[in-house]
Amino acid sequence: MKRPQPYLDPYLAGVGIGLVLLAAYVVTGRGLGASGAFASVVAAGTAAVEGTARASASPALAPYLVDGIASPLGDWLVLELVGVVAGGFVSAWLAGRTQRTIDRGPGLGGTQRMFAAVSGGVVMGIGAKLARGCTSGQALTGGALLSVGSWIFIATCFASGYALAPVARKLWR
Amino acid sequence: MNGPFAETGVIGPLGTLLSAPLIGFAFGWFLERSGLGSARKLAGQFYLTDLAVFKVMFSALLTAMLGAFWLDAVGLLDLRLVYLPETFVLPQAAGGALFGAGFLVAGLCPGTSCVAAAAGRLDGVGVVAGMLAGVFLFNLGFDWVAGFYNSTPLGAVTLADLAGVPRGVGVAVVTAVALAGFAIAARIEGKIAMKSRHEGS
Repeated sequence: MKRPQPYLDPYLAGVGIGLVLLAAYVVTGRGLGASGAFASVVAAGTAAVEGTARASASPALAPYLVDGIASPLGDWLVLELVGVVAGGFVSAWLAGRTQRTIDRGPGLGGTQRMFAAVSGGVVMGIGAKLARGCTSGQALTGGALLSVGSWIFIATCFASGYALAPVARKLWR
Repeated sequence: MNGPFAETGVIGPLGTLLSAPLIGFAFGWFLERSGLGSARKLAGQFYLTDLAVFKVMFSALLTAMLGAFWLDAVGLLDLRLVYLPETFVLPQAAGGALFGAGFLVAGLCPGTSCVAAAAGRLDGVGVVAGMLAGVFLFNLGFDWVAGFYNSTPLGAVTLADLAGVPRGVGVAVVTAVALAGFAIAARIEGKIAMKSRHEGS
């Protein structure tokens, strides 16, 4: 198999992402996002199961339903995230980095890693909802606009990660 | 041709919607190019063995912040029309702490989990599934957390507003802090390189 290409310099990649975010401000007046798309998909799924009337009466779901109708394909963030998947795949493929694998720390089995991935995802999903955004929508998009809440998010996110890193050492070292 | 185009009527709703996959594609492309589709690489940030997360994130933030500031200054972008997320102090502090814990365990954040999954990494698929479940659980328990979720609102407010200084001062301070961070990152990496040379010999 062809050896994968080395990664792009992180500062160059960062400038690239910054220009993409700037383009999002200029074109749409909103920035990037990821967890918002997850929230839209969950709201649409829930509305499909329990009916739009009940779903739009729920204060948790109503903000994601336009005129009481769940339309994930009409949602900017969902389409953006479809683009993220496509861009990530094309980039990985051209660089020879597509591989069916489980990326994990040296001391961890595949099943353990999958368990950690899912449970970490659950906690992150709850955290992103509570914070009204994630690393994309809060840290990057709001951070670059100097939003106070975004900088609170950045601070507590990294503080918590570093505080718990020694406890989670087995997962990665 | 002043921005934001969707707000000033340069493009309609359909044009706005069509921009989504294009902007997303470029975002996913650069995330993958930088290696942030790999959970091990991301987790290295928390053990100071790989600082790519910090470097990518803050150079992106700096680029967008300075770009938006100067486009606004020369009149090409009206920043008053760009959506500024509202601040809710306590829920965002608690949400950030939970998010950081989940990020450490998952090794991926919402955007990068999609890139990891797209490159064939099953742990990325696991994080995506977990995120959906987490959002669903939050919605189930929404009545219970709604009071806290809407507590301590400050409105749409910037660091510069809070400090009572012009936006440009806030931009300059954040730029200085980020540049200092890059210098510290370079020093930490120097130490990592020395340590691995010692261990190698």
